[in-house]
Amino acid sequence: MTELNSGPKGYWQHMVVDWSADKEAFKVNWGKVMMWVFLVSDTFIFSLFLIGYMNVRISASEPWPLTSEVFALAVGGEHIPLLLIAIMTFILITSSGTMAMAVNTAYQGNKKATFWLMVATAVLGASFVGMQAFEWTKLIVEEGVRPWGNPMGAAQFGSTFFMITGFHGLHVTGGVIYLTIVATKVKLGHYDKKGYQIVEITGLYWHFVDLVWVFIFAFFYLW
Amino acid sequence: MSADTQGQQHPLGLYFKVWGLLFVLSAMSYMVDYLQFQGLLRWSLILIFMFLKAGLILSVFMHFAWEPVTLRVALLVPTLAIPIFIAFMAVEGNYTLSSRLQFLAG
Repeated sequence: MTELNSGPKGYWQHMVVDWSADKEAFKVNWGKVMMWVFLVSDTFIFSLFLIGYMNVRISASEPWPLTSEVFALAVGGEHIPLLLIAIMTFILITSSGTMAMAVNTAYQGNKKATFWLMVATAVLGASFVGMQAFEWTKLIVEEGVRPWGNPMGAAQFGSTFFMITGFHGLHVTGGVIYLTIVATKVKLGHYDKKGYQIVEITGLYWHFVDLVWVFIFAFFYLW
Repeated sequence: MSADTQGQQHPLGLYFKVWGLLFVLSAMSYMVDYLQFQGLLRWSLILIFMFLKAGLILSVFMHFAWEPVTLRVALLVPTLAIPIFIAFMAVEGNYTLSSRLQFLAG
């Protein structure tokens, strides 16, 4: 028992002490723990969609449409593969960067910088959704892709595409609304007494949306 | 209360470095498609760049690397079910395909 006085050492002792302390196990802001729990459950939802996509793609006896060509964009008469998707990826990473900086400035107490960095993040997110709307329109109107079939090959392509990118797009849209609300409340001084953990929690959600896109980009567009 | 008022604070320089790295890694994964790498090379490069990007976002931007070990373990252990489910559904998908080829071909 003398070890308790000298403080826990190593991962295992830290875990044993935290779980057996007869009080809260996670010594971090509760709102943050709740956001993490939500994000783990959201991880499972996106995993199920991507695993479902893997399953139907493996078992499809018709050829899978070539994403590189389906999502090509014509610029000056030249077809550049996946151009729009690449731009969307860079926009989302940029928005993750502005969000990380917003968390930093929030803890420094710089409300003005935090507000504008969060607004920039929301604007980048909104432009991502706008490009996705353009992508969907092009796919539905020009390429004739439907959830139940398409002219390029396996019918499952449409259903998985609309399901996965649609659900991700809803997350981005929700994030834009969330960011706008929190940014406004930061500006109005609603967190002056409570502290600015809310900005870090909002950031967690936003980075998660970017994290999911990394997997969608790799498995749906590049694979 | 003291734990509640302390947030994650890290130097801005670290965020800029990770930001830059994410741009480079995204460009590299895009090049995999642009240069039309195929087969095992394509799949391994896609996975390497994907896991590097995901790891950077999770550990630095989401501050996961600095969270207490108890929280990290509690959040990571449930996700171990995902690779198991992936393996199950890959086997199932291959079985469905072989059945389709066997019974729908004629």
